[in-house]
Amino acid sequence: MIRLSEIERIFPVGGETVHALSDVNFTVSKGEYVAIMGPSGSGKSTLLNIIGLLDRPDKGVYSLEGLDTTELTDDQQASVRRNKIGFVFQFFHLIPRLSAAENVELPMILAGTDPAERKSRVLEALSSYGLSERMKHRPDQLSGGQRQRVAIARATIMRPDIVLADEPTGNLDRSSGTEVIQILENLNDNGITLMMVTHDPDLGKRASRRVRLVDGRISADTGSP
Amino acid sequence: MKVRDIVQYSAKALSGYSVRTLLMILAMAIGVASVIVLTALGEGARVFVTREFSSLGTYILIVLPGRSETTGGPPPLLGETPRELTLEDALFLARNSVVRRVAPITVGSAPVSWKHREREVTILGSTESLFDIRQLTMAQGRFLPAGDPTRGSGVCVLGHKLKTEIFGNQSPLGEWVRIGERRFRIIGVLAKKGQSLGLDMGDVAIVPVASAQALFNTSGLFRVLVQANGRDAIQKAKKTILNTIRKRHEGEDDVTVITQDALLSTFDRILLAMTLSVAGIAAISLSVAGILIMNVMLIAVSQRTTEVGLLRAIGAPSRQILRLFLAESAILSLIGAAFGIMLAFLGTWAISRGYPEFPVTVPAWALGAAVFVALLTGLIFGVLPAKRAARLDPVQALSRR
Ligand SMILES: Nc1ncnc2c1ncn2[C@@H]1O[C@H](COP(=O)(O)OP(=O)(O)OP(=O)(O)O)[C@@H](O)[C@H]1O
Ligand SMILES: [Mg+2]
Repeated sequence: MIRLSEIERIFPVGGETVHALSDVNFTVSKGEYVAIMGPSGSGKSTLLNIIGLLDRPDKGVYSLEGLDTTELTDDQQASVRRNKIGFVFQFFHLIPRLSAAENVELPMILAGTDPAERKSRVLEALSSYGLSERMKHRPDQLSGGQRQRVAIARATIMRPDIVLADEPTGNLDRSSGTEVIQILENLNDNGITLMMVTHDPDLGKRASRRVRLVDGRISADTGSP
Repeated sequence: MKVRDIVQYSAKALSGYSVRTLLMILAMAIGVASVIVLTALGEGARVFVTREFSSLGTYILIVLPGRSETTGGPPPLLGETPRELTLEDALFLARNSVVRRVAPITVGSAPVSWKHREREVTILGSTESLFDIRQLTMAQGRFLPAGDPTRGSGVCVLGHKLKTEIFGNQSPLGEWVRIGERRFRIIGVLAKKGQSLGLDMGDVAIVPVASAQALFNTSGLFRVLVQANGRDAIQKAKKTILNTIRKRHEGEDDVTVITQDALLSTFDRILLAMTLSVAGIAAISLSVAGILIMNVMLIAVSQRTTEVGLLRAIGAPSRQILRLFLAESAILSLIGAAFGIMLAFLGTWAISRGYPEFPVTVPAWALGAAVFVALLTGLIFGVLPAKRAARLDPVQALSRR
């Protein structure tokens, strides 16, 4: 469903250009669990952002479910992000003035979902992540693990096909990190395509497929099992 | 995204920064209030002047001796004085069919004395017609009697204030007062009517026009008030007056006729223009509020960069970001406008308490215009920050912590 061909991403830095990604060819089928690994600055986040339509490649074609995404308008790309993709970030990126429930509700507000339905879905999502006691809490009143669980609830509330996680455990201690990974793997078990950037080799080993980036190129890919 | 949700989201964002939000609302409120209060003052001035003119009576034309400078024509030769407007001229005007009444007026100043009391006041020489034309009312007695205006008689009518100052609470009817070198019997006292066109009708003594002319040793009139037969007759009466006087004055156009309507509409226009320009100046204070809104929204955008990035990541198109930030500016302006209206009513209330005779009214259009201008200001000055937010690159926005 995800097909990248000859993807290139260049950043002009000063007078020079940095090749964040060069000649990336890569396909992911529905329901895969992919760990993206590699040294710092190798282009992992850039790759994930392009797949999540937050960034556009300078060259190459990215088609998602047969749709050439480079042809889409800003509105159409936003609609794909809203309905098909869920992001989980290293720094959670919860909105500090909103409660846990309101943060989770946000994608549905953007989508124009009916308020009554929003409420029940938020309740359901938060309780399934063991956060029903924390609904009214603001992010600064939550622990790191709780925050990331709220963020995952937000990423999945629109029932996306793909979840993209950029170092989701990078800011967590080991036990809450494991908890978060289990939640993500559980999503994958239910058919969601999971792509996760990680520095942790142990976490990488849990994935069914590992892709290694070095200097913006794919240096190793265990391939689909 | 539903409108209700946009409003709710923006309102929540605003309440998150309460001090800053309150400052902006205050600035907007002051701007809106000053527009409304100044408009109300201008409107009050207009109503005030209109009221003054209507107290002159209805369908009135004023005939003055001398040519008005604005009518053009050759300038008068050196040393030429305008021909006098005489009592005969005035009486001649009364014969015309479009003219209902004519009140010739002579004005002078003379001491009025009774026993040991004496006061210098304005002496008004006129006829019984003045009573109807100026829509006077009597407190006591009666007004000047009808009769041949060219024959002066020794009667007079006192203004309310003059009567009180000389006679106190006593009835003056039938008493004789001395005005200048002549004696007059008091036949009436005017009711309080207040001021009209700068002449305090309470502080005058009214005598028959011929008596006044004798008193001041003049044959000319100060002016002639002509009442036309109706509103439609006013223009016709003006022409007739000019024609009649030209014939009697050997072809010279040496009087000026002012119609009350023309005077009123001129004043009306001038005062409306004044009101609008004053309101315009006040609107500048709104733009100060606008610039404040712009600055604060720019700060808000830079503080909420990650929030914008996140909204993009969870599926908001950049148009939506624009709308969200514009909604914040609009909400600020509207709340500011609402407080401004309250402030304005407080202000006009205070003014009307301080100056009860001055009519301060807030015109409905001023309210609408103030709210509209406030909203417009908020949106115009909100566009730049909102555009900046909408243009943010989501990846960079999110990479900042
Ligand atoms: N906006 C940008 N401007 C300039 N260079 C950039 C920009 N974004 C990324 N880069 C460069 O592109 C390269 C890839 O960056 P990327 O963030 O994808 O790396 P990464 O693999 O995620 O690294 P890390 O593990 O440290 O997160 C780096 O060399 C980085 O400096
Ligand atoms: Mg990264």
